[in-house]
Amino acid sequence: MIGIYYPGTSWLHRAPPGLKLVMLLLFTTTIVIFRSLPVLAGAALLIFIAYTLARIPMGLALTQLRPLRWIVLLLMAFQWWLLGWERAIEIVGTLVLAVAAAALITLTTTTTAMLATLERMLTPARFIGVDIEKVALVLTLTIRVVPVIADIVGSVRDARRARGLERNARAFVTPVVIRTVGYSHDLGDALIARGVGD
Amino acid sequence: MSLESPRRGLTAVDLSLIASFAALIAALGLPGALTVGGTVPITLQTLGVMLAGSVLGWRRGMLAVITFLALVAVGLPLLAGGRGGIAVFVGPSAGYLIGWIIGAGVIGWIIERHRPPIPTWWFALANVTGGIAVIYAIGIPVQAFITQTSGVVATAVAAVVYLPGDAVKVVIASLVAAGVHRAYPQLLPGSGQPSRRAREQDG
Repeated sequence: MIGIYYPGTSWLHRAPPGLKLVMLLLFTTTIVIFRSLPVLAGAALLIFIAYTLARIPMGLALTQLRPLRWIVLLLMAFQWWLLGWERAIEIVGTLVLAVAAAALITLTTTTTAMLATLERMLTPARFIGVDIEKVALVLTLTIRVVPVIADIVGSVRDARRARGLERNARAFVTPVVIRTVGYSHDLGDALIARGVGD
Repeated sequence: MSLESPRRGLTAVDLSLIASFAALIAALGLPGALTVGGTVPITLQTLGVMLAGSVLGWRRGMLAVITFLALVAVGLPLLAGGRGGIAVFVGPSAGYLIGWIIGAGVIGWIIERHRPPIPTWWFALANVTGGIAVIYAIGIPVQAFITQTSGVVATAVAAVVYLPGDAVKVVIASLVAAGVHRAYPQLLPGSGQPSRRAREQDG
């Protein structure tokens, strides 16, 4: 499966994911606590430089912010009317910069490296009874299973269309879930056969 | 009463169910997964969350949602519209995503409070509580904080935009979950006990 990662060799690409996550936490906390125009201007400059250094194409950078476009527009208009343009820019700016910073981390870190970092971060949870090996197994298993379930969804949808039941949501979802449960049992047997899990 | 300790480890089938339902939530967010009413596409991922809780119970249901969100966080574009990465957890809908975890847990917890066979209206009660009330109760205040809007306004926006779709999803999830439990009566923890005991007596 293809992640959001954009390949590169920049300093940001090479930095350990854990360090990047800490930097993101510091960045986001700072702009939320010191929400003011000068701080946000500095933060925006920082983000711009970071994207440039990571050699992320402008178009790809903007794609990361696309999901925000409606809420940004609405929020800008609403808060301007209610609180004035300065506060509106502060609120919308904080949101956009936090999302841009987080997206930059995801763009410069491979899914595999992020997954490994997540598993390392979970290690202390061992002491409250979390089985790290099972967590890692379920995460990789899920990546493998997404195309399988997507296939089930696709074939049930086609069958439904062939029978003219396009508008019947229940006739679609019930077979999908039943086949998903059935598949899980087969998968569980396959895991046991390989000595995994049990 | 369950013969096994409630804190038993997860079996291989449990792990598979968690992975498959995490994958189901992802698959329901793929383009063209389902259009209800012919033309208007609605996001079905909350339906996946409701199904995870209603079909798997609180523990495995929550773990399925957490697994799905963990894969989103590490950078897989599994949220509807191909979104993913850490960005979605600092954006305005972050609270709803966290709400999914608790929501699936509450749905599963309510489902497990009823002796099988569980009637459809009980599934509906669980899905309205966990799938709508709990998710909104977490999503709306977080959204209000991130957008610095008063809670009332965020509530109104959320209700207008999502409520009709979520009501439809509650109906679908409840009917489907009732059907799935009829097909697999031993899916919920504890519900497998009588037949297992019967099997032991036979042997």
